[in-house]
Amino acid sequence: MSFQFLLQQCLIGLTNGALIALVALGYTMVYGIIGLINFAHGDLIMLGACLALSLVGALGMTAAGPATTWVGIGGLVLICGLFCGLLNVAVDRIVYKPLRNAPKLAPLVSAIGVSFIFMNVGLFWLGPADKSFPELLPSTNLLHNDALQFTWKDLLVVLIVGPLMVALSVLVKGTKLGKAMRAVSQDPTAAALVGVDVDRVIAATFFIGGFLGGAASVIYGLYINTIGFQMGFQNGLYAFTAAVLGGIGSIPGAVLGGLVIGLVRALASAYVGERWTGAIVFAILIVILVFRPEGLLGRRVKEKV
Amino acid sequence: MANNRAPRTSSPPAPSAGPWGFLAERWELVTLGVLAIAPLVIPALGGALGGQVTNLFIYCILALALNVMVGYTGLVHLGIASFFGIGAYVLAILTVPMYPFQIGFLAAAVIAVLVTAGTGLALGAPTLRLRGDYLAIVTLGFGEVVKVTLRNLEQITGGMKGLNPVPPPGAGVTLAGIDLGKEFAIDPRWFYYLALLSLAGVVLAMRRLENSRLGRALVAVREDELAAQAMGISATKVKLSAFAMSSAVAGLAGCLYAASLSTTADPNAYDFNRSIMVLCAVILGGLGSIPGTLLGVAILVGFDTVLAPWADSWIQQMNINPKGLSYLSFSGWRLAIFGVALVLVMRYRPEGLIPSRRLAAELHEGGAGS
Repeated sequence: MSFQFLLQQCLIGLTNGALIALVALGYTMVYGIIGLINFAHGDLIMLGACLALSLVGALGMTAAGPATTWVGIGGLVLICGLFCGLLNVAVDRIVYKPLRNAPKLAPLVSAIGVSFIFMNVGLFWLGPADKSFPELLPSTNLLHNDALQFTWKDLLVVLIVGPLMVALSVLVKGTKLGKAMRAVSQDPTAAALVGVDVDRVIAATFFIGGFLGGAASVIYGLYINTIGFQMGFQNGLYAFTAAVLGGIGSIPGAVLGGLVIGLVRALASAYVGERWTGAIVFAILIVILVFRPEGLLGRRVKEKV
Repeated sequence: MANNRAPRTSSPPAPSAGPWGFLAERWELVTLGVLAIAPLVIPALGGALGGQVTNLFIYCILALALNVMVGYTGLVHLGIASFFGIGAYVLAILTVPMYPFQIGFLAAAVIAVLVTAGTGLALGAPTLRLRGDYLAIVTLGFGEVVKVTLRNLEQITGGMKGLNPVPPPGAGVTLAGIDLGKEFAIDPRWFYYLALLSLAGVVLAMRRLENSRLGRALVAVREDELAAQAMGISATKVKLSAFAMSSAVAGLAGCLYAASLSTTADPNAYDFNRSIMVLCAVILGGLGSIPGTLLGVAILVGFDTVLAPWADSWIQQMNINPKGLSYLSFSGWRLAIFGVALVLVMRYRPEGLIPSRRLAAELHEGGAGS
């Protein structure tokens, strides 16, 4: 019994972790390429969730049959992904691009400003109270086991996150754009010298990070079922913690970090109590950073004069 | 070391002619004088307005505390509110009737400041070797841990109810026939003067710090840690001092806050939002600049307590918004206005409204080339 309980918690943790990882990728990719902590990323996802909610209402998806629902969810992921990706690129063009050579604090503070603006838009969009996201998927157990639950919702997370991760790693490792991204993250000047269009690569990175965030926002709505204009901060914080934990700038690190944070959260709320979860996650983060400041999979950077 | 200082910026301001120039150079004294006389002239300061201005002073102290970290030392600190909270709670635990200690305000405040300084050292010591962004996230995480702990340790902190009543300073002390505690409880001007005096003390201390050996070492570490170490500055010691000083001053602000409200309020008063608002004030006003920091706080607090209510009531009077839509009320735009302000300041005036002389030089001295 207790082992099954542990297994159940791990399953919940990993599913949650996959969602966190998807958001963490947006942080880590942007950080890897321009060294910016994109504080607005969590709120970008909040806006994505707002759009998803509006679309679900406008398309009348609650009344649709199961087959149409799956197609509809695919469409939502695509539309919200495009929306968040393009919004991210636009913000980069307008706000961060003029600050490329400014001291490091400037883009960071601008990102906090953008996060405020997004939050205000979300406040107008959703209103001050949390909104519930309709249950589009049945919560029937897919495993023929009473103690272990794995529902359609959990499956949905795996079905969306898995292919996206595979696509991302193919993109980064196998394509010309991916090579250019890795080159820019190592040394933008040298990359520009060998003919990489640095601005386009940065824009592409923002787009991909935003797209993943948009997908995450749809999953968030369908999986957690409650969205609010302040959700961006808390979720962004967990995801950013995951990115730092894995070694910010490292793509596999973000995935690993997300899964670890998801597990820690699930186990902590099962065994210690829900209300201590936040404290435990951040306490672990602090401890890991103290003993391994570059994160689990990050590279150690020697400071140069 | 002396040769390294940019001569163009470190030269003292040219002595300007006339009494106005004299006054402009001593803006602290002039402001202090005006603020000290104000309650005697403006009767409204004996009412709710007095409490609001006291609050403003307390936030000024908190912002100056943050300025030590972010402005002078260049360490991004996203959890200053947690030290504010620790100060408030330690003071409350030592003074509320619920606990057996009940030592006076002064002794409790001294202990609270020592405790926050110690906490700052405890946070700073293990995190010293973290690079800027990692330090930012650690301080942010620390802030969340403190908030959650304050909320959940209900037996000690009273949970969401907070600790109250925090007795006014000088409760039970009679000085020259005046019952101080009673006076503090009745007349907000006593708190006004207490906060003003504390603020003046902190400003003076900061001014001394800026020109001291330690203050210059802080700036040197901000500019280039390796170069500073090569010049014989111990970056460890300097950063730890910054942590301790910043935390101690934030703790002092927390003591005043709890005492003036006579409660610690609930732990959400010390969350990330407050940290970030204080950071906004420092950045808006000018990193590393004392007058800038004070102006930044005045603008932000003034926006919330003066401008927004005034504009909202104006909109109501004009009957523009009969349905109470949030995007037609002024305060509905609060976050967006702050956000746009931050973005614009960073874009067009990254050194803030009143730049620190040292920092302005750094930002405009071929910053694009570095």
